Amino acid sequence: MSTKKKLIVVGNGMTGYKFCEKFIEKGLSKIYDITVFGEEPWAAYDRVHLTDYYTGTSVRDLKMAPREWYEENGIELRTSYKITSVDRDKKIAYNQHGDEFTYDTLVLSTGSDAFVPPIPGVDKKGVFVYRRIEDLDAIKEYVTNAKSAAVIGGGLLGLEAAKAVMDDGLKTSVVEFAPRLMPRQLDDDGSNMLKSELEKLDLDILLSKNTKSINGNGKVTAMEFADGSILETDMVVVSAGIRPRDELARECGLTVGERGGILVDETMRTSDPSIFAIGECALALGSIWGLVAPCYDMADVCANNLLGEEAKFEGADLSTKLKLIGIEVASFGDAFGVTEGAKPIVFHNIPNGIYKKIFISEDGKHLLGGILVGDAEDYNMLYQTYASKIKLPANPEGLIIKSDGGGFELSVLDLPDEAVICSCENVTKKSLIEAVDEFDFTQVGQLKKATKAGTGCGGCVPMLDDLLTAKLEASGKVVKKVICEHFDYTRQELFDLIKVEEIKTYPELLKKHGTGSGCEICKPLSASLLASIWNEHITKHSNIQDTNDKFLANIQKGGTYSVVPRIAGGEITPDKLIVIGQVAKKYDLYTKITGGQRIDLFGAKVEELPEIWKELIEAGFESGHAYGKSLRTVKSCVGSTWCRYGQQDSVSFALKVENRYKGLRSPHKLKGGVSGCIRECAEARGKDFGIIATDKGYNLLLCGNGGANPKHALLFATDLDEETCIKYLDRFLMFYIKTAAPLTRTAKWLDNLDGGIDYLKEVVIEDSLGICEQLDKDMEKLVDTYACEWKKVVEDPEMIKKFRPFVNSDATDDSIKFTPMREMKKPANW
Amino acid sequence: MTDTATIKWIEVAPLSEFEVDGGKAVIIEGKQIAVYYFQDRDEWYATDNECPHQKQQALSRGMIGSDGDEPKVACPFHKKSFSLKSGKCLSGEDYEINTYPVKVEGDLVYIGLD
Repeated sequence: MSTKKKLIVVGNGMTGYKFCEKFIEKGLSKIYDITVFGEEPWAAYDRVHLTDYYTGTSVRDLKMAPREWYEENGIELRTSYKITSVDRDKKIAYNQHGDEFTYDTLVLSTGSDAFVPPIPGVDKKGVFVYRRIEDLDAIKEYVTNAKSAAVIGGGLLGLEAAKAVMDDGLKTSVVEFAPRLMPRQLDDDGSNMLKSELEKLDLDILLSKNTKSINGNGKVTAMEFADGSILETDMVVVSAGIRPRDELARECGLTVGERGGILVDETMRTSDPSIFAIGECALALGSIWGLVAPCYDMADVCANNLLGEEAKFEGADLSTKLKLIGIEVASFGDAFGVTEGAKPIVFHNIPNGIYKKIFISEDGKHLLGGILVGDAEDYNMLYQTYASKIKLPANPEGLIIKSDGGGFELSVLDLPDEAVICSCENVTKKSLIEAVDEFDFTQVGQLKKATKAGTGCGGCVPMLDDLLTAKLEASGKVVKKVICEHFDYTRQELFDLIKVEEIKTYPELLKKHGTGSGCEICKPLSASLLASIWNEHITKHSNIQDTNDKFLANIQKGGTYSVVPRIAGGEITPDKLIVIGQVAKKYDLYTKITGGQRIDLFGAKVEELPEIWKELIEAGFESGHAYGKSLRTVKSCVGSTWCRYGQQDSVSFALKVENRYKGLRSPHKLKGGVSGCIRECAEARGKDFGIIATDKGYNLLLCGNGGANPKHALLFATDLDEETCIKYLDRFLMFYIKTAAPLTRTAKWLDNLDGGIDYLKEVVIEDSLGICEQLDKDMEKLVDTYACEWKKVVEDPEMIKKFRPFVNSDATDDSIKFTPMREMKKPANW
Repeated sequence: MTDTATIKWIEVAPLSEFEVDGGKAVIIEGKQIAVYYFQDRDEWYATDNECPHQKQQALSRGMIGSDGDEPKVACPFHKKSFSLKSGKCLSGEDYEINTYPVKVEGDLVYIGLD
């Protein structure tokens, strides 16, 4: 039986987790056995970056720490446990099932809920809050059937939610009760600037709107405002602030604030000295603190007090910097100039959408605070100048107005040692410098891991970058974004090295320019580069390929592979169709028509692949490269040969294009489409390149895709003849292959290309970079050296040998199991 | 740890059957074992072929490499990485795979089982 005292933590959110971290750090585990209860099914996750989850980051990546961290540190974590009542006299907490848990000390970190105003109709289907993983899942599901959305609340989180649903293709409106956006951070001019910039991006902003009711028969169809106006909308996301979760505290009779929140003193103790409250549920110094930094601070103060040390929560500054839909917004210190004698300096550049306002002290010596909209590059430096009380120069306007040579430049190295660089984790410049010196760090990731700086809101990461760069530069080293721990180069640099030094293999590349034994990041990346540059047989680099490239087929559930022969343009003869049927029947394969107008054969065992392909190749088929980051299909509609509307022969042109680029290795998969008229039956606008017939020729559209983030291709050139169209395509594809980061589709690549589609036109059509001749030559070489990868394999007994499942036996892998389904089969569930 | 006194060495296949800087599967009494060879370090490793994540016999088809000094393999299905020395999952989850000793004598590769 443990003689230690019992500590119970109710709530496993960001603050609850931070408390656990402090608990371990400060050695409290020598005094207490700790049990943590969380009502959500998962361990604490990073709620600040919840929008990342909406756009695809997994719950696991958002976790503050994996479950095993709790185990390793002797913390008992019980998720899906909700503490529903506490008997303070007996010191027992009860969960939803009535189980008893005794405690000596109780820490409440129950957090907050979204505040939902009591608007009639708020319970209708289609009204959501933006708070938890489940909320986001529900929104994500609902948007698929919605065309428009309204977000109630023009604060930080509301604008983030608006961006998320807008990115899903919904016509989005933001509805704010106050006369300005981000009313806690921005003044009227700042809000106006932000509003007009957001409107340019098609976000509708409605200010001074008091929502009277949410209308609709069962589900939302409109919102009605107090001024009588009506907004039609398919869904509503409420993000109107937070409400502290104090129901447990109320239930057990702790003192709570008039407007909610568990009342605590400076040591975080509630009205019961054995019970502490921290984070967004706590009412400290008369306020609810809804930012990460003060909540983490409360966790620290609470842990220190448990240790018997004197520690007090002293409040925190509510400075913020964020990027909204590409628009930077920041607010710090005394942003509204309420300090007596505060003098404003304003920079207002309406055409460029920039607004900066700072307040300096009456004596002109110190910076008091300010607001930045449109350009917050200087935020970190301004914040430090304010927070570290750095003496201002004679011309403080230089802080926000940069003219050649006239600006006030402050390097991170000029800051005082005690300057707090990361306010979430309270990390000073001094401790960062010490960490860099002690461990010889060269990457920000290492610095973050060692000091925890930059792991909260992430706002100081650019400063960490600057600090590290400045330190390294001071010691004569250079810094940059590298591929992984094995290569100190960017993809572009590696591309150039391979080409210039004529490197032909991965071991050679690793030996000359890398360290260690490589990994699953740099190996396939190098394989793709080697293939793009030299167009050699992909199996030559089989040991640095993903399994799909290694076995020239797509691995599926259960460990079997699928086979996709090329059916260019979707055109196939009856004889070839019969062969596919015969092969599928002989090897008992599941067959399905793909979205790219070809036929996928599933369920082939690895040792069957060469035999299957031998039969397909004999019948005239070629590899479809479905397994590679390469050209998949050029989809076509039937066009002018058969269709009464068709304006050009889209099938013939699709065949020509697909056959030209088949086998081309690229940073990501490539898809194309050719439509015979404006009705666009080939859905070419959803492809990396789309060709749509006109009465004079073809329109060329570039950089679209389907998938998780659908994008329509943008019009690049009109009424082209086939030859010019192919010329532009050659250059576009080669330029993309040479410059895109790994696993970047063309749409994303274009997004990151300064100048966008207009710049691309200059490069490809006007040859503004003077590289077109080279691009043409490079593409011609790739086209000329094409060979079917599978043909080479089936002709080479040494290569066929690689497809045996076991090297010490001719046995087949009997762990592969199938179950029947609709006259065919499917793999057994995993 | 395996007690060297009780190791039973099983001859599996000639050197030439294995992949340089990659993995291959062998089957011993119905059990699938993945064998990996690093040419640069001249080191051999063997582990279960099954990835404990979704119970797929797949690790021999994964890519090998290093994490710091630790040799590792990444499962081709969901890229979970495992140390080839300890068998521990390096992707922050509590999966673990069995590792087995490997020795090369002459032209032949042997796996040690308990």
